[in-house]
Amino acid sequence: MEKILLLNFVNNQSSDEKLLCEAVAAASNLASELGCIWEIGLVGQSVQNAANWVSMAGAAKIYGVEGDDYASSRYSSDLFAAEAIAKKANATLILAMGITRARRILPALSMRLQGRADTHITAIQAVEGKVQLSRWFYRQRMEAAFSRSQRPWVIGLEPGSFQGKAFQAGTAVVELLTLELPDLLKRTQVLGTKSPAGTTQTIRPDAKLLFVAGAGWTKKQSDGQTHVKEAERLILEFLDKTQSSLGSTKSLVDQSGEGNEVLGFMTHLNQVGQTGSTPRHPKGLATCCHGEEPHVVGWRFINERRAINTDPNCGWARGKADVLYVADAFSVMGKVNELLSR
Amino acid sequence: MSNGYHIVVCGSLVPDPLQTLEPVTTPNGPSLKNEMMLPAALDPWAGHALYEAANLAKQNTETKVWLVSLGAKPKLQQLMMSIAQKAAFGFVPVDGSASGFLSAYDCATALSNAIKSIPGLDMQRLLLFGGWESASRGAGITLQLVGETLGITDQFMGVDSIQPNSDGSFTVLERVEGAMHQESLCAGAPAVLGWATGNLPEPVNNPQVGMINMRTIMPALQKAAKANISLDGVEYASVNLPKQLRDTRVVKDMPVEEIAQEIVNWIKQ
Ligand SMILES: Cc1cc2nc3c(=O)[nH]c(=O)nc-3n(C[C@H](O)[C@H](O)[C@H](O)COP(=O)(O)OP(=O)(O)OC[C@H]3O[C@@H](n4cnc5c(N)ncnc54)[C@H](O)[C@@H]3O)c2cc1C
Repeated sequence: MEKILLLNFVNNQSSDEKLLCEAVAAASNLASELGCIWEIGLVGQSVQNAANWVSMAGAAKIYGVEGDDYASSRYSSDLFAAEAIAKKANATLILAMGITRARRILPALSMRLQGRADTHITAIQAVEGKVQLSRWFYRQRMEAAFSRSQRPWVIGLEPGSFQGKAFQAGTAVVELLTLELPDLLKRTQVLGTKSPAGTTQTIRPDAKLLFVAGAGWTKKQSDGQTHVKEAERLILEFLDKTQSSLGSTKSLVDQSGEGNEVLGFMTHLNQVGQTGSTPRHPKGLATCCHGEEPHVVGWRFINERRAINTDPNCGWARGKADVLYVADAFSVMGKVNELLSR
Repeated sequence: MSNGYHIVVCGSLVPDPLQTLEPVTTPNGPSLKNEMMLPAALDPWAGHALYEAANLAKQNTETKVWLVSLGAKPKLQQLMMSIAQKAAFGFVPVDGSASGFLSAYDCATALSNAIKSIPGLDMQRLLLFGGWESASRGAGITLQLVGETLGITDQFMGVDSIQPNSDGSFTVLERVEGAMHQESLCAGAPAVLGWATGNLPEPVNNPQVGMINMRTIMPALQKAAKANISLDGVEYASVNLPKQLRDTRVVKDMPVEEIAQEIVNWIKQ
């Protein structure tokens, strides 16, 4: 008989509740499919609020590790706390929403528990009483479903893959574990978070639209000139008006390293694709981007796709977009901005 | 810092990103069609790790760099033809499968054993580098397991920058949600740094560096330890390519105004 532990880090961020609802839905659905009990483990500066949100979700027990030592995302203390909770709960399946904080510790956690870990899980189900997971391999190029014999099985869920459930909040009873964090685990001090130098906040994970700018924006145009300032203006105006999230191709973000004229607000964090991100948005619009495979694998989770490119034979034309507009992106985006201002 | 870091970069080969991949079933689980024939490249994020390591070695001549790679020997040899000219390193090959479908745990055991056998490696000065995820398995597990096996208690993932201080401590930037970096100060080695893109462009080829590297690479390849990388308890139910092709509507000769209007309508839908 399986037993599930849902492990969750509390970051005191607005996204906490949404992620927790998603994770709780995944854990409780699996528990009912398997007919097994499930418990929750929370780690953070203080965990009572989060515990209250999910107090009515059906977990048999809620464990907590809290205190200043667990306030920020630090590998050594996070792993220490997770290990203590996992050993206490003694579950066979340990689920965690794969935010960066959790993902960093899951492999070592599995090793300490003498189990195995799998990450970036996009679906989880019981097939004839056996747990089966799905994930992508080769950077979103093929998808596999599999099961595993070892337990405990530490499972990192891919955020955004599961339908969240809202639960009625209540007052939770939390079994707090009292831990003494050894000095050796305090060698790292988290100083804080910051935006990459000199950038405006252009990445919006919750946006409805992903707007991708490719290297074409900085290339010589039909008049033999580059128009980088104009490109910057058009892109920023569009982002501002639509609140969409800005993605880039590798070629465009690499240009800064190569000493070319660049879009000032672009960094490697904007890069979508094989060596960039795989964001989740309902729609995506690619502009001045060729639509090469290493870029387009990053669009795996973009449902509706359109592209603007002067080249009718670009990658998007070959089944990668729903619509390709063969046109000059400068003129089209200028007009789009104008229409959006009306 | 007085005597530099000992940087071990874990990085292997992956199929060239421009290749079309097709899964096939073998008695040993899923595999890629013509895997041995596919052109391979250095795993991109591991590549960034290698270039960042080489850059640290440039700043401190006492910093040493090793590259530990698990892969089929002939493919590793091919890979070295292009990588050896990019950065100076000691090469530690392990002969075994680099398949993304096989066990990260077996892979980590093989890499840890190889690292432990590096002559002169000082574990107290060790910075274990690699990509934060591979472009094959893409799980972000292997490097972390190697770190845990070696007893390293400080790990950083999605690293874009390391700034060493004179006392051996360093600040590090890790990617976190919302396109932000988390900044941390670590007391010093040993530590694991799983790199994202970093800040350095790919180094230009340096034939002199390549010649020096090749002198040690060929003998190292000949003596490469063998590793058996298995499925390790995983049973695959299916491996599928996604529905690749959409029915693309290619719109030519539509006036700009109409295109713009269509796009605006679509965005607002
Ligand atoms: C190991 C490896 C990893 C990689 N990882 C990634 C990755 O993660 N992400 C990624 O993006 N790429 C990645 N690539 C690179 C990828 O193969 C392509 O080279 C890259 O995506 C091309 O970028 P681009 O389309 O912006 O540039 P280009 O190929 O230069 O295309 C520019 C496009 O702009 C169009 N254009 C120019 N002017 C206009 C205009 N006025 N209006 C409309 N269209 C115009 C042109 O027709 C052209 O199609 C990787 C490559 C390798 C080898």
